[in-house]
Amino acid sequence: MGLKTFPGGVHSHDKKKYSRSASIEPMPIPAKVYVHLSQHIGAPAKAIVKPGDEVLAGQKIAEAGGFVSIPMHAPISGKVTKIASYPHPAGTTGTAIEITGNGEDKWVELSDDSGYGCLDADEMKRRISEAGICGMGGAGFPTHVKLSPPADKPIDTVILNGVECEPYLTADYRLMLEQPEAILEGLKLIMKIVGAKQGIIGIEANKPDCIKLLRKATADDATIRIDALKLKYPQGAEKQLIYACTKRKVPNKGGLPMAVGVVVQNVGTAIAIYEAIRYQKPLIERVITVSGKIVKNPKNIKARIGTLYSELLDYCGGTTDDISKIISGGPMMGFAISDLDTPMIKGSSGLLLFNKKEATKDAEHTCIRCGGCVEVCPMNLIPSLIVKNVKYQDWDLVEKYGVMDCMKCGSCAFVCPAQIKLIQWIDIGKLEVGKRMRARTQVEKA
Amino acid sequence: MNNNFIVSAAPHLKAKHMTVSSIMWQVVLALVPAMLAAIFFFGIRSLTLTAYAVVAAVLTEYLIQKLRGVPVTISDGSAVVTGILLAFNINVASPWWLPVIGSVFAIAIGKQVFGGLGHNLFNPALLGRVFLLANWPSLVTANWSKTRDTFHLLGESMNGLNLGSLLNVPEVATPLAAITSATPLAAMKSVRVLAETDSVLAQQVMDRMTSLDTISQLFIGNIGGVIGEVSALALLIGASYLAFRYIISWRIPMSYILTVFLLTYAFGGLGGIFSASILLPFYHIFSGGLILGAFFMATDMVTSPVTKRGMLIFGIGAGVLTAVIRLWGGYPEGVSYSILLMNCCVPLIDRWTTPKPFGGGRK
Repeated sequence: MGLKTFPGGVHSHDKKKYSRSASIEPMPIPAKVYVHLSQHIGAPAKAIVKPGDEVLAGQKIAEAGGFVSIPMHAPISGKVTKIASYPHPAGTTGTAIEITGNGEDKWVELSDDSGYGCLDADEMKRRISEAGICGMGGAGFPTHVKLSPPADKPIDTVILNGVECEPYLTADYRLMLEQPEAILEGLKLIMKIVGAKQGIIGIEANKPDCIKLLRKATADDATIRIDALKLKYPQGAEKQLIYACTKRKVPNKGGLPMAVGVVVQNVGTAIAIYEAIRYQKPLIERVITVSGKIVKNPKNIKARIGTLYSELLDYCGGTTDDISKIISGGPMMGFAISDLDTPMIKGSSGLLLFNKKEATKDAEHTCIRCGGCVEVCPMNLIPSLIVKNVKYQDWDLVEKYGVMDCMKCGSCAFVCPAQIKLIQWIDIGKLEVGKRMRARTQVEKA
Repeated sequence: MNNNFIVSAAPHLKAKHMTVSSIMWQVVLALVPAMLAAIFFFGIRSLTLTAYAVVAAVLTEYLIQKLRGVPVTISDGSAVVTGILLAFNINVASPWWLPVIGSVFAIAIGKQVFGGLGHNLFNPALLGRVFLLANWPSLVTANWSKTRDTFHLLGESMNGLNLGSLLNVPEVATPLAAITSATPLAAMKSVRVLAETDSVLAQQVMDRMTSLDTISQLFIGNIGGVIGEVSALALLIGASYLAFRYIISWRIPMSYILTVFLLTYAFGGLGGIFSASILLPFYHIFSGGLILGAFFMATDMVTSPVTKRGMLIFGIGAGVLTAVIRLWGGYPEGVSYSILLMNCCVPLIDRWTTPKPFGGGRK
């Protein structure tokens, strides 16, 4: 039987062998955590504590900065010691609340609402929004927003993303193996919220154990289906996943999944949703994969948000070789950061360490027009042409050739024999074209 | 603390198997079977001439890059490929300076003038060949049978395909004098010319030429032609390797060859549309430079489209031009010109065939 998939894409070694057999381990509570106010797409949260305040684990310390925003909660109990600028996993810096723990790990009281399945959709969404949940696959879009499509966009299908197509990462894999019930509960709640009749969990074929387990667990539920997807990157990209599971194509030029009646959530997010609705538990911990050839004991760690990457690495026994590159996230779309003392955020799915050999890139050659990037582009663009025009700074053509449709999956740069750093150039193009588009809409408004 | 962390844009992984130079050297490798076939059928001189061409190409590239003050990139193998392909496009009887001049022209005018690898509009080797063809037509297309006699490379048992003996029909002898020692395509051309005066005789000759035996001889390479186009079999072995390694895609060669097949089948016969034997298209495919051109020159990455549909259009266009030149043009062979003409169209083809983005159509 042919596995479901999407056109384009690349085949890469999944490199999951380092950490795939490591069960999720809760990490001891760190002495200090640093909670970034901007961990998501949208307006940053606004701090509602000041240095000196005592906080409990799970207590709200920052409120949402708008509708498209999320609140933040104290990951540990202790005292707020500072609100200052700290390195951010996206490679930048940002304001974060520093909390020094008191070693007690005292939580706010959590409830267990046995009737959670019968709540109405608005109450469920309120609990999700109160829990500060954003997409945990990486992009970090506020979940309650994603679950609030306008009335003219009916949703009939919820897809849970269990693809985890980024090499190395195994956090979602372990979650599916260890907490399938929570994932399924989460899926059912999401279906309820958006009124979908169908739930699909998309899983890449390199996780046959998850597929089997979840198929067994849903054997007598006709509304939920487990789709085995072909091992191909970027199978887990939202539009590609939707296409593989439903053959529906999300419109480009800023089209959203709701346009084709679909909502996609990551499996980790589904667990957070379940815990938020049932226990009103805020999102203050997540599973993160720490991996790499040079990591002594690669692990899948359940850690508090705001834990420093350096502490995660220490917990894994450090490295066997000098670190040359620190990657926050997966190797295809993650950020290379310059400081190991960066705190993890809600979207931190992985921490990867590369040695010099793994980190070194060759110099750029001129494009030989091999068409490899065109062959693999899952968005059906001509990456080489976009890059060429970025180099010429012909922004009209850069826009015309669809730079804004690029999701930066990196397939083109992955295969490019001329070692052209296509994503770097495309990023410049996106920035310039974005600026021009905003200026244009302003002119239109005026 | 170690502050020498490398910070770069994603992705942080790279497919290792391909670099520009690994592509070029694999193309060289893929041309080895054809080189061996050429040595077998034409003798060691084919290797010597190829060596001249390669050395001239690499030296020219080196000198021009030095003059331009740009990094010398002769180790990437692209000049070697150009040299080999240029030599493959000339006759084994050529004087030693012919491939040398061809290579110098190919690299200097065909490639470096445009800015080097990646910027050239035309396939450099083909441009070199056409330059030689325009200046020394008799040398480039010199008669292969004579060549073989001159070098005494093959014994009587390896007598090659002698069109003269095929045409051993007494009453035909005189009008066919021109055909007997020509290349297969020149012979085909002569037959088509002959058909205008004596269609019955021409049909007789045509039937002999398109026999299964002739086709198989053509396929193996036991026939006249330039150095590299001699053995379709050897070329296909190399091409399969490139296709297997994803260095060439099937789109251009297949659309090219299929188009030639259909057009020669439809219009190649002497009695009007679809009067040809089904073997005639095979005669066209396995003779001349079609296999070499379709798999090794039309697929030149720099001078062919990058879009999937564009590649098909490119192949079909080259196929139409080749068939038109072969069937109705003044030259017996049209592969070089058809590919060069399509090379000019590449920017336009790429523009026309820019695909709609995934999920496209929303505005």
